[in-house]
Amino acid sequence: MSGGVDSSVVAALLVDQGEDVIGIMMRLWSDKLVENRCCSPADLANARRIAGKLNIPFYVLDAKDTFKRNVVDFFVEGYVRGVTPNPCVECNRHIRWRYLLDYAQVLGATHLATGHYAQVKRRNGGYSLYRAKDLKKDQSYVLSILNQEQLSHALFPIGGYIKSEVRALAHDYSLIVADRPESQDLCFIGGGDYRLFLENSGAILPAGGAIFSVQGKYLGEHKGLAFYTIGQRKGLGISAPQPLYVIRKDLARNHLIVGTKDALGSTNFIIKDLHWVNGEAPDEKIRLGVQVRYRAAEQWATLIPRSGQKAEIDLENPIADITPGQLAVFYKEGECLGGGLIQP
Amino acid sequence: MQQNGVYLDYAASTPIDERVLEAMLPYFTTEFGNPSSIHRWGQRAETAVEDARESIAAIMDCAPEEIVFTSCGSESDNLAVRGLAMYAKNTRGARHILISPVEHDAVSKTAHNLAERFGFDLEFLPVDEDGRVSPNDLAIRIRDDTALVSIIYANNEIGTINPIAELADICRRREIPFHTDAVQAASQLDITVNHLNIDLLSLGAHKFYGPKGVGALYIRSGNTIWAQQTGGSQEFSLRAGTQNVPLIVGMARALEITQSESDEHNKKYSRLRDHLLGALPEIIPDTQISGHLSSRLPNHASFLFKGIDGNQLLGVLDAAGFGCSSGSACKTGDPAPSKVLEAIGLPAIWALGSLRVTVGRPTREADIQRLVQILPEAVERLRKISA
Repeated sequence: MSGGVDSSVVAALLVDQGEDVIGIMMRLWSDKLVENRCCSPADLANARRIAGKLNIPFYVLDAKDTFKRNVVDFFVEGYVRGVTPNPCVECNRHIRWRYLLDYAQVLGATHLATGHYAQVKRRNGGYSLYRAKDLKKDQSYVLSILNQEQLSHALFPIGGYIKSEVRALAHDYSLIVADRPESQDLCFIGGGDYRLFLENSGAILPAGGAIFSVQGKYLGEHKGLAFYTIGQRKGLGISAPQPLYVIRKDLARNHLIVGTKDALGSTNFIIKDLHWVNGEAPDEKIRLGVQVRYRAAEQWATLIPRSGQKAEIDLENPIADITPGQLAVFYKEGECLGGGLIQP
Repeated sequence: MQQNGVYLDYAASTPIDERVLEAMLPYFTTEFGNPSSIHRWGQRAETAVEDARESIAAIMDCAPEEIVFTSCGSESDNLAVRGLAMYAKNTRGARHILISPVEHDAVSKTAHNLAERFGFDLEFLPVDEDGRVSPNDLAIRIRDDTALVSIIYANNEIGTINPIAELADICRRREIPFHTDAVQAASQLDITVNHLNIDLLSLGAHKFYGPKGVGALYIRSGNTIWAQQTGGSQEFSLRAGTQNVPLIVGMARALEITQSESDEHNKKYSRLRDHLLGALPEIIPDTQISGHLSSRLPNHASFLFKGIDGNQLLGVLDAAGFGCSSGSACKTGDPAPSKVLEAIGLPAIWALGSLRVTVGRPTREADIQRLVQILPEAVERLRKISA
């Protein structure tokens, strides 16, 4: 429970269904200058108050150390290596669906319910993960790393509602919840800029280097590849007759390659650490939908399995911002099949 | 939330005894007068307050006018420490405050506040590995310009009892006021002030089956303190504000019952405590007892389980139906090692895994047996996820 509308409604729905519910809030690490957006003292007070109104026990689970090691350090190390990591995926992998699930089970819980927008359904004796009813809120992307064991304990009670219905439920249950604006910021950075966070992290980030055009023309200097993302237009510090975009990063030479909009986009990339939600990897090529970022549109592609948990993805149409370090997540008719890590 | 379960946190609070409740009830309704009023309604309320004062004074072996009613143990501690410090500074220029590092926050944060904002020189006495202050250390550190010495009678987190009479004796010989926080001690230990030789002593009623919201401060005659709450002349002008008559009546009744039944209760408490202290370190690996083995509150057992987060254990125990504590109430889940456990020299890997079990009048042997049964698995499973 975060004190926000989604997890509060989750708790209220389960209590309403007659389940024996325990509320847990996690304390996560944050930059020392700001509170972690997920667990400020005001959020804690609010979550505790909601648990009190619902008459359920409420505990706080400290996860600062494990969050720092598995999420924040991973995030910084990714940028040091020159990729753009997704800390929310790691938080779900290591914190929510390992540490928190472990603790819930020691408490005697049979299931862990969260306020994620996603759906889990029993099918053919196993558990399938589906996109949420509210496609604008769908979070199956960051849950694509779940396995059958985790899904057998997972409940996503608001996955079958759209956000406005969830708000209406909060109203019906008389839950006084902070209606916080949606934020794309990372919870441990607060409102701050991730570039500033990286600079202050103490990590040794790759040095600046040259900017070249796709055609190989020297255009200027960059401040370090960590500070740029694929598809980025603003803040390149070079003037050109046409707008220039980051096309790719040449990690080996520490070059930033830029070009006009028509140079953006690729139809082919490699993924590793392949994971399948049902535990069964296809042994031949398969046509499926691919999503290359959280909240990106799904695109048709063919997955060609390679040895060693790797695969090649052939897109039917080019995508502009295929970013190494993010996940490519596979879907078929709304079902989230799994994913893999996009390689440079 | 299920209402049943086994409450084992009597150091945090106790239920009001039925006899106490009965004594209080008329003073909420028919006997509602203001003790300061001239008329008979006021006089009856005043009589109730003064009867309560006499009754408490008789138990503590002091004069009624040496008892000041407050709103809680923390207020009593504040009034004692601030009241003594301000008076000593202004009359004899004394700026030195001596306390132990295992005081309740009501004393230690008040002393810190006096040091930071009012220029006092705060010094901590050393404690041994059980959290006890040695009279020798006090004798060495006490000075002519010491404004006050305050040492907790029995520690809330680890249960250790300090040698209060010996410590008080040193202060008496140096004519330095000695205060003790007896909020935990009063439910079980001797609080006769002449036997203890102390100058000031703090009490809070809800620790001995009385109501929340009322406490008392004993101030030996001859000691002057400055009021911290001014206004009317209630409580010998040391604590302004209309007395909370029903709660004061309840406190006196609760203390009477506690004292008259203490032998019987303490015998049961120590049996249950010793069962826990004997069993848990035997059946759970990497477990130690915190605090002194024998010189401790009869109802108080406290433990350290290496390598776990004590807050997680409290959640697991609560989910299993047992209400326990880690020693200091902290609901934010932020695992900072307790100052008391740091003061007795414990590294964080031990200090974070603390558990306090305090038994009370309703506790049964079977409750303790069940707790002993479930704890080993709970600790083992938490160690697995902490790794």
